[in-house]
Amino acid sequence: MSEMATKRTADRAKMQVSDEIAIEITNMNKWYGSFHVLKDINLTVNQGERIVIAGPSGSGKSTLIRCLNALEEHQQGRIMVDGTELSNDLKNIDKIRREVGMVFQHFNLFPHLTILENLTLAPIWVRKTPKQEAEETAMHFLEKVKIPEQALKYPGQLSGGQQQRVAIARSLCMRPRIMLFDEPTSALDPEMIKEVLDTMIELAEEGMTMLCVTHEMGFARQVANRVIFMDEGQIVEQNEPEELFNNPKSPRTKLFLSQILGH
Amino acid sequence: MSDVSFVRTDMLSEQEPPASSVGVIGWMRSNLFSSWGNSILSLASMAFLYLILSAILPWAISPTWGATSLAECREILHGLGREGHLSGACWGVIRDRWVQLFMGFYPSEFYWRPILTFILLFVALAPVLFADKVPAKLIWFSALYPFLMPWLLWGGSLWVPLAVLAGFVIGFLVHGVVSKKMSGLAGLIAGLVAAVVWWMFLAGIVSGALTSIIPLALESVESRKFGGLLLSLTIGVVAIGFSLPIGVVLALGRQSDLLIVRALCVGFIEFIRGVPLITLLFVASTLLNIFMPPGTNFDIIMRVIMMATLFSAAYMAEVIRGGLAALPTGQYEGADSLGLNYWQAQRLIIMPQALKISIPGIVSTFIGLFKDTTLVSVIGLLDPLGLSNAIRADAAWNGIVWELYGFIALMFWVFCFSMSRYSMYLERKLQTGHR
Repeated sequence: MSEMATKRTADRAKMQVSDEIAIEITNMNKWYGSFHVLKDINLTVNQGERIVIAGPSGSGKSTLIRCLNALEEHQQGRIMVDGTELSNDLKNIDKIRREVGMVFQHFNLFPHLTILENLTLAPIWVRKTPKQEAEETAMHFLEKVKIPEQALKYPGQLSGGQQQRVAIARSLCMRPRIMLFDEPTSALDPEMIKEVLDTMIELAEEGMTMLCVTHEMGFARQVANRVIFMDEGQIVEQNEPEELFNNPKSPRTKLFLSQILGH
Repeated sequence: MSDVSFVRTDMLSEQEPPASSVGVIGWMRSNLFSSWGNSILSLASMAFLYLILSAILPWAISPTWGATSLAECREILHGLGREGHLSGACWGVIRDRWVQLFMGFYPSEFYWRPILTFILLFVALAPVLFADKVPAKLIWFSALYPFLMPWLLWGGSLWVPLAVLAGFVIGFLVHGVVSKKMSGLAGLIAGLVAAVVWWMFLAGIVSGALTSIIPLALESVESRKFGGLLLSLTIGVVAIGFSLPIGVVLALGRQSDLLIVRALCVGFIEFIRGVPLITLLFVASTLLNIFMPPGTNFDIIMRVIMMATLFSAAYMAEVIRGGLAALPTGQYEGADSLGLNYWQAQRLIIMPQALKISIPGIVSTFIGLFKDTTLVSVIGLLDPLGLSNAIRADAAWNGIVWELYGFIALMFWVFCFSMSRYSMYLERKLQTGHR
């Protein structure tokens, strides 16, 4: 899409990558019925990394990050998230979901609850946080995404950009160590993309480990320390953003970049 | 040649709207006579209304309140010079029999019991229906009401409902202890087993013993004394109360990933929906006793309630399934990604929304169920319709039709219309301005 993206520039000096491994995927395969969507994925993500996953639609990039919190089940290979193996064991899945936040293309806020209730629900029921403490945390994060005045409204009364920022705050209230973003700006009007990306940049500056499926190449240049290009269910190329955008090696990457950066 | 330049120099002041668009005339113009076609339709409808009312009102306005038999009604009307079959209604039958239409053959010295039950019903319903308007503590009374209601209506020892209640408490306590020591599933099973063992083997002995020590009892009233609106309401309220939770469970079971659970739920729903209610009622009145161990005498009203409950639960499940299907998968994923488990997600995210979408369907099923209680007249229970036959069998009122049916219709209409209005109120209240 566009290069314009963000009004504020990210401060890369603040984004430190540690040696600690956050996610480790080895030889992972996934099928939908007989359709092979993810082919032999190997990927290691360190704590503090900001990874942008790009690729044409249907390339399996959303499926990949949805496997990381078990919204999709993988059939082969191993996924370790924060030291816990993702398997059929419900206890492990619950544990991983507590540590991994996710932001969706269509926000997936709960329309029957107020913004504040959306934010406090999981801390109260999953983390067993006392209500008052959960509300204080919620207000803290609402202030961070700059919409504390909307706390008592319902999601349906907010704009798309505001809803997505609430969704980010909702994930943060669980104090996750890793955040997954599944095309967070694709359903937004252009003037609202900026506010959501600003929030994400701030998050990156605080050292959050982020995996982000997006077409916002400007965001990738500013924030990502690594861009992964996927096509037909496999990782085709990965590199630092400037290198990958300016000097792509694979013809598939070249074709894709020429299509999205073409005009 | 056109001059596009224009500048307003003085602003226009507000003026009254034309007389033809406000007030009575304006209302009539926009609602009744907005065009030639609509004017004709309006006039035709008014003529139709006039025809209906001019036939019914002279019949209904009839000074026969004091009559004690149909013959006396006819004499009164004859004395007024009104002749013929439709000369006037005979309201004496309502004055004479309205108590019976409400209470059936319930012993008159105990009328306070159904009346109290009925009043307490609203107290128990208030925290459920108007949660934001009454103290939250009242919900405890709602929880006790299911045990209080049968005791008040049927009488007997107070220890029996208390023993049944104790079963729930025991099950809950065992569940708490075991699920803390072992897993949640083990706790659930242990709790169920403990409660069932209590009900099957111990509850009877304990309540019997307590009754012989402290005899706290109301005089018992047999089921065949129940009748009229009392019977309809008893069956209707209990069946409505049970069919919603059973329907929710069936709807969830139908969507379950577990093959056997799903097959059982689908089988049950499709079987019940494929069989007429009358068939089920006949099963309740005749066949069910054959399946029971010999010597057990299972109360007929209880059997009918069971069948009516299962019948509407199957419909309820389908109504709720519609609500579940209308929810985007994103809601499930949102709940999953936050780490909520299945039951938390259902209770906090999915069901509140699915039930809200299903309100019109749920209330339609309730209303249908309540009206279907009149079918019990075919198995010999004296609901209002059954009573109307019994009243006509009395020589004094032989030949009365419209007055009785009209009155019964009015009784049912009051309840059904209230339910319908409540559902509209609830939908407005739950509106949160989304999609």
